[in-house]
Amino acid sequence: MGATVDAPQDSVIDVSNLHRTFGAIRAVDGLTFDIRPGEVFGLLGPNGAGKTTTVRLLNGILPPSGGFVRVLGMDPAQQGGQVRRKTGVLTENPTLYERLSARQNLTFYGTLSEIPEARLGGRVEEMLGFFGLDGRAGDRVETYSKGMKQRLALARALLHQPPLLFLDEPTSGLDPEAAQQVNALIEFLSHKGQTIVLCTHNLTEAERLCDRVAVMNAGRCLALGNPADISRRLWPGTWLDVVFWQAPSPAQLELARNFPAVEQVDLGPELLSVRLQSKEAIPTFVRQLVEAGASILSVNPRSHSLEEVYFAIQNNRQDGEA
Amino acid sequence: MNWRSIRAIAVKDLREVRQNKAAWVPAVVIPLVFAVAMPLAFTLLPQLIPAEQVAGELGEMQELVARLPAAVQQVFVDKGLEQGFVIYTTAFLLAPMFLILPLMFSSIVGADSFVGERERKTMEALLYTPCSDRTLFAGKIVASVVPAILLSWVSYTIYIVVVNAASWPLFGRIWFPLAAWWPLMFWLTPAISLLGMSATVLISSRVRTFMEAYQLTGSLVVLVLLLVVGQLSGVLYLGVFSTFALGTLVWAVDAALIYVGVGTFQRTHLIAKI
Repeated sequence: MGATVDAPQDSVIDVSNLHRTFGAIRAVDGLTFDIRPGEVFGLLGPNGAGKTTTVRLLNGILPPSGGFVRVLGMDPAQQGGQVRRKTGVLTENPTLYERLSARQNLTFYGTLSEIPEARLGGRVEEMLGFFGLDGRAGDRVETYSKGMKQRLALARALLHQPPLLFLDEPTSGLDPEAAQQVNALIEFLSHKGQTIVLCTHNLTEAERLCDRVAVMNAGRCLALGNPADISRRLWPGTWLDVVFWQAPSPAQLELARNFPAVEQVDLGPELLSVRLQSKEAIPTFVRQLVEAGASILSVNPRSHSLEEVYFAIQNNRQDGEA
Repeated sequence: MNWRSIRAIAVKDLREVRQNKAAWVPAVVIPLVFAVAMPLAFTLLPQLIPAEQVAGELGEMQELVARLPAAVQQVFVDKGLEQGFVIYTTAFLLAPMFLILPLMFSSIVGADSFVGERERKTMEALLYTPCSDRTLFAGKIVASVVPAILLSWVSYTIYIVVVNAASWPLFGRIWFPLAAWWPLMFWLTPAISLLGMSATVLISSRVRTFMEAYQLTGSLVVLVLLLVVGQLSGVLYLGVFSTFALGTLVWAVDAALIYVGVGTFQRTHLIAKI
C-alpha cells in the first residue's frame, strides 16, 4: 500500500484508490472516499456491489490488494487489532450465540473487546437496559424475536463505546415495527454525534439517515456526496412545477419561455414545468408571472428522491456498459 | 496473546458444547463405561464365576500373557488365575482403550468450536473483535484440550478406585496403577488430547458441518484401536518406555499439526469460508 498520501486530519476514514480482488473478481475496484467525524455515511448498492468487502477491508479483516486506507489514523492491514478496538460492527446477520443468554453474549464480547473487568458488568447491564432487553437478559437468545436479536447485536457493537460504527444492512429481514425501532436508535446515535457507516440497499432508510452516500456497483463508486448534490449533478438546474388556477395566457407563457434563467419548459393543461439554472432564480421568476397577471395556485420546486437518484445512477452505468 | 480473552473464548465454547447434547452425551457416557462398568465387569466376573468353569478362556489369556515382554510377565508371577485375569484385563487390555476418551472429547469440542462456530454463523462477529488470530486459536485449543485432559484424569481416578475396590477381595491391597500407567496418564493422554484437537482444526477447514467434522475425527479412534490390537497381539506393549516414546512421537505430530493449523486459522482464510 502506498504511504505517500496523507489522510486529512479531520477524516475518520480516508480511502484512496482501494482495490480488493478475489482471483479474477474485482470485489472493490478503485474506491475513493473520506468520512468525517459525526457523519452518517451510506454505502449503497445492490448485493455484490462490494459494500461488505469494503467494511471488512476497513476493519483489517481482509488486506487490500492495493490502494490507501486509514481508519482513525491507522492502517487496518497493519494495525487491525487496534482499529477493531475502536470500531463496532453490526454484521448483516446478527451472528449471536443463540444457545447463550443476552447477558452472556455481551459479557463475552465485552471481554474480547478488552473492557476492564471492573467496568464490564455495569456496562453490560447498562446496554441491556438501554436496548430494552433487561427483562429477558437471562433467556437464551434463540427464544428472542428478530427485532430483539438485532437490538442485542447493536448493543454488542456499541458495548465498548467505539467512536466508529459500521452497520451492515441493520434492518434486513426485520418487520416494519422492528425496523423502525432500529432506525430510531440509529437516528439517536447520529444526533449524539456517533460516526456511522451504513451499508444498505434500503434507499428510504438511507435517505432518512445518511448525510452523504457512496453509490456502488461491481466494486466501484458510481457517485459520492450528499443525495441532493448527486441529484443536482444528475439533473442540472432546478425543476419548478407551477400550478395555475386559470390556464396561463399566451403572453404569460411567452414571458416564462423568455425568462433568462429558464432552460426548458414543459406545458400541461394547468401545469407549467420549467427548468431553471438555479433555485435562486425562483422568486424573480414567480414574481414576474404574478406581475403579468398569472393566477397561480402553487409553486413547487421539484426534488428527486434518493431512490430516483440511485436508479438513475445504476441505469446510467448499465447504459454505459451497453 | 491475551489470556483473559483466551479464557473467555474457552468458557464460551464449553458453555455452547454443554447445550449440544450430541456433543456432551458421549463425553459422559463413555467415561462411565470405561471407568466404572468395564473394570467392574472384569474384576467381579472372576470372583463370581468359578475358575474351573472358564478354564478354557483363562488358558487363552495365559497365551496372551506369554506374548508380553519377559520383564512384564514378572507382574503375573505368584498370581492365581483370577488375579492374573484381573491384572491382564484391567492393567493391560483396557489401558490403550482409555486413550479414546481424550481423543474423542477434544475432537468433539474442537469440531463444535471450529466448525460449529462457522455453521451457526457466529464466526464473523468473532473476527471483528480486537483479538489476534493467535488468541482466538489459543482460546479454542484451551476449550477443547484442557477439559479433555481433566475429564481423562477424573476417569483415571475413578478407574483406579473402582479397580482397587472391586479387586480388593482378590488382592487384599492397593495394587493398581502399574508403573506404565503414569506416563500413559500424564504424558500420552495430554498429547492425544492435543492430537484430537489439532486434527480437527485441519479437518474443519475442509468440511461444512459439525457432524461431518465429528464423523471424520471419529476415524482417529482407529489409531487407538490399532494400539489395542498391537497390545493383544504382542506387537506393541505399552510399558513405561514405549508409552513415553509413543507420547513423544504424538507430541511431535501435534506440534506439526498445530504449526499448520495456525497457518490456516487466519482471518483472511476464515472470512472467505463464511
